[in-house]
Amino acid sequence: MPIVTGTPVVPDTGRTLSKEEIQRYSRHLIMPEVGMEGQLKLAKAKVLMIGAGGLGAPLGLYLAAAGVGRLGIVDFDVVDFTNLQRQITFSTSDVGRPKIQAAKERLAGMNPSIRIDTYETRLTSSNALDLFGGYDIIVDGTDNFPTRYLVNDACVLLGKPNVYGSIFRFEGQTTVFGYPGGPCYRCLYPEPPPPGLVPSCAEGGVLGVLPGIVGALQAMETIKLIIGIGEPLVGRLLLFDALGMRFRELRLRKNPSCPACGDHRTIRELIDYEEFCGIRGEEHIPVTTGIPEITPRELKERIDRGDDIFILDVREPHEYQICHLNGHLIPLGELPKRAGELDSSREIVAHCRSGKRSADAVQFLRQAGFRKIWNLKGGILAWSDEVDPSVPKY
Amino acid sequence: MAVKLEIPTALRQFVGKQATVEFNAATVGEALKQLTGAYADLRKHLYTEDGRIRSFVNIYLNDEDIRYLEKENTPTKDGDTISIVPSIAGGADL
Repeated sequence: MPIVTGTPVVPDTGRTLSKEEIQRYSRHLIMPEVGMEGQLKLAKAKVLMIGAGGLGAPLGLYLAAAGVGRLGIVDFDVVDFTNLQRQITFSTSDVGRPKIQAAKERLAGMNPSIRIDTYETRLTSSNALDLFGGYDIIVDGTDNFPTRYLVNDACVLLGKPNVYGSIFRFEGQTTVFGYPGGPCYRCLYPEPPPPGLVPSCAEGGVLGVLPGIVGALQAMETIKLIIGIGEPLVGRLLLFDALGMRFRELRLRKNPSCPACGDHRTIRELIDYEEFCGIRGEEHIPVTTGIPEITPRELKERIDRGDDIFILDVREPHEYQICHLNGHLIPLGELPKRAGELDSSREIVAHCRSGKRSADAVQFLRQAGFRKIWNLKGGILAWSDEVDPSVPKY
Repeated sequence: MAVKLEIPTALRQFVGKQATVEFNAATVGEALKQLTGAYADLRKHLYTEDGRIRSFVNIYLNDEDIRYLEKENTPTKDGDTISIVPSIAGGADL
């Protein structure tokens, strides 16, 4: 092929790289594995990111940096102060702003030559197929099971790859689902865990840098799929253990009887995923139905009146160190063994951080015969909001 | 057969925080029984009430899913690794 000076053209794309872009992407272009051809593939690619949080942050940054021509970001959430520990697209000044707005600004600032479309909406069965239709690759950076199944099913129905990543505390998983001939999420996990059996980041915590690593791995896989180089993680589940600093790989097989992508598919349209995951009908605080409650204000009033109230704190020792209400600490998991420390003739108010664990404690103790026991509604967080703002929230 | 069981982060609290546990077992099922025998709190996270492995937990012998081998009857060799891989989603306050 003759060397052409000026603006280079790659046959049959119609898209060229400007002089500025050539300079911007020079470190890609000088690699034979990428070159002009690879960079133009990136420029023509359309990637939809589901979630602009812990995983979405490094993902978006690297896809924008790499020159993915069109990025879509789906997130209905607002930047929270507790996000800043890991969601590295955001600054302190972004707290309170919609995540997609803050993310778009950051990514556009890094690379003004790409198109960024934002969707400040919850992903649902009624909008997923339309939304995904305009993109080539979907990257799943979400934080809950119903959405993961929704993303999976929509990708399988539309035949689009789903670059999956997930994290918990110190562990991450990543793979590529939905690739032609490869497995989908349901091949690996046909059913979700019942709610409450697998803790969330808010309950379990997460080392901030972990989604940084997993999100970057997702960006890497996305870029490889676009350019068509290397071996994508199709049929391979990459497990990362941050504490041991080990990567392991497990084989993921396409399940011939998978209801979504198998030989006899039964999933032909998107369903109600909250119902599928057992969340429908439980609304906001499922476990507190029927549990006797007391609000922080009511508790404060009773204490000020001189009532003899025994405060039971069912959080973990490291939480007690952050803040406490001078309660007697029995972590929820130890309650069955240590219930004997409690005097059932006294009035007991149980609390935790947000009111969920303590609701379980109250239920357990009522079943054990305790009658004068209440759950502190909203936990120590609500106490800080309503009674004593000097108590730190975490 | 001396086998090593890899315990996922989410379940380490039930095995005294260990990342791996070792047993002598002839099959995957036997190794898991010994595991839940030694750490009873783990049982409900791995098994349903009628004794089947929960569907959101995958068990691997080395790098292969036991559903594609002989499930819990899959025989083990010395030095094999059994991995317990539950589904995780991170994030949201459910």
